[in-house]
Amino acid sequence: MADDVATHPPVGRQRRPFRLTRIPAWIGSLALLVLFLAGWETYVRGFDVSKFLLPSPSEILQAWMEILGTASLWQHTWITAWETILGFVIAVIIGVGLGAVLGKVPWLEQVLNPFIVATQVVPKVALVPLFIVWFGFGMTSKVVIAAVLAFFPILVNTILGVKSVDRGHREVLQSLNASRWQSITQLEFPSALPYILTGMEMGVVLSIIGAVVGEYLGGSQGLGNLAVRQMNSYNTTALFAVIIHLSVLGFLFYATLVGCRRFAIPWHESVQVNRK
Amino acid sequence: MMVDADAGCAIRIAGVEKQFETPQGPIRALTRTNFPVRKGEFAVLLGPSGCGKTTMLRLMAGLERPTSGVVEVGGRPLWHDERRDDGAVANMGVVFQEANLFPWLTIEDNIALPLKLRGMTRKLRRERARELCRLVGIAGFEARWPRELSGGMRQRASIARALSYDPEILLMDEPFGALDAITRDAMNLELQRIWIATSKTIVLVTHSIPEAVFLADRVVLLSSRPGRIVEIIDVPFARPRETDVRGQPEFQEIADHLRHRLEH
Repeated sequence: MADDVATHPPVGRQRRPFRLTRIPAWIGSLALLVLFLAGWETYVRGFDVSKFLLPSPSEILQAWMEILGTASLWQHTWITAWETILGFVIAVIIGVGLGAVLGKVPWLEQVLNPFIVATQVVPKVALVPLFIVWFGFGMTSKVVIAAVLAFFPILVNTILGVKSVDRGHREVLQSLNASRWQSITQLEFPSALPYILTGMEMGVVLSIIGAVVGEYLGGSQGLGNLAVRQMNSYNTTALFAVIIHLSVLGFLFYATLVGCRRFAIPWHESVQVNRK
Repeated sequence: MMVDADAGCAIRIAGVEKQFETPQGPIRALTRTNFPVRKGEFAVLLGPSGCGKTTMLRLMAGLERPTSGVVEVGGRPLWHDERRDDGAVANMGVVFQEANLFPWLTIEDNIALPLKLRGMTRKLRRERARELCRLVGIAGFEARWPRELSGGMRQRASIARALSYDPEILLMDEPFGALDAITRDAMNLELQRIWIATSKTIVLVTHSIPEAVFLADRVVLLSSRPGRIVEIIDVPFARPRETDVRGQPEFQEIADHLRHRLEH
């Protein structure tokens, strides 16, 4: 009965073919990073690249550890962080508030739309010198820049969110005699929240860029200013260290917001992973 | 004896007409229609797409305002000029074609949403939601998100939501239209059970002839362009009906008659 035998799978341990995709993604990411840094290190040492052009990762790490121990670095960090947070919070308040109004009043949105598009298209970083002229070399100008940059994605996403409220959901509340206030708190706000959070995630990254660019161009404080000073003294290693430090700060802000998403909208598809 | 005839009325539709204004001109969704829904009955509005059956239900629910005529719920007119009488609406629960559960609320909170809007305390809401989950057969799923449930279970939850504040009337707009045939049959049985257990008045819209005959005390047959009632048929089978009632010759007779009327 050859047929009979053939229908049974072979007994015993099967060798499964090796597949790269079976490796957990984070190990892949880590391996790639190590490979990249090793390549960099080898290149710098092997070709004896000048420190002014490209310092090696190990030197950068060492320089970063050194400045981490200084009080002035933390003072600069604090200033940049504070500018970013203030600017971001202002952007959230105005962006969400205005977005909610424009989303509810289509006429007003249509009137303002050309202006919103126009101000979106203007490269806002080019306006940074203007803000410094208007608001001085202190923190205020940087807060304003951070707010302006973060404002637009928050505004646009809020409008989209408020407009995307499901018609069926509206009718449920209509059939339940919900008041206007109840429909805002029970339906419109939770329904728009995923959009608003997306806008905020985009916004916070722009906020930190705004604060740092502001510091590059004017004033005497903050991590942006510290970076420029390292560059002016041709200390490329320290410049890299400041950039690493800034990246960590930016990552922390972003990670905080992503964490907020899990906390604020656990029901949403975007946080569906890891459940079950 | 007009008074007596109206006394047994849950909803009364008198001389109601509905036109929708579109850029291509007005569309008559429903021509002058009279229909009294009796207290405690199971009325089914049956007809092809575009016959105005959904419009008729939405007029009863106060989701649409009649172009002319009067809609009364429990003897109270639903509309005073432009304003809807929310007191009259409070006596009705609506189940839509889509479950329309709020994805950010758990099943239990979805079911209790109407109670929250009415200001009931959290503890009482929880209790009531649990009770309703048992009634509609989704006990154990109270803390789940809607997206974790199947279509049939979501629709059960939406029925529970409509029942939560104990309205006397349940209005259902093709509630099982999106379900597969087997789930649909099961839901029909369940709905009959819930109707018997709660003694509500139910008006249900469908385009399925077997569903209509199985569920209804009276089938209201509508025809399209323009939407109007063509016939009202009493369905005499005893309750509770089992699925095999569909095999009976009388059932077939009524179904064939309805099919014939729908085709011509």
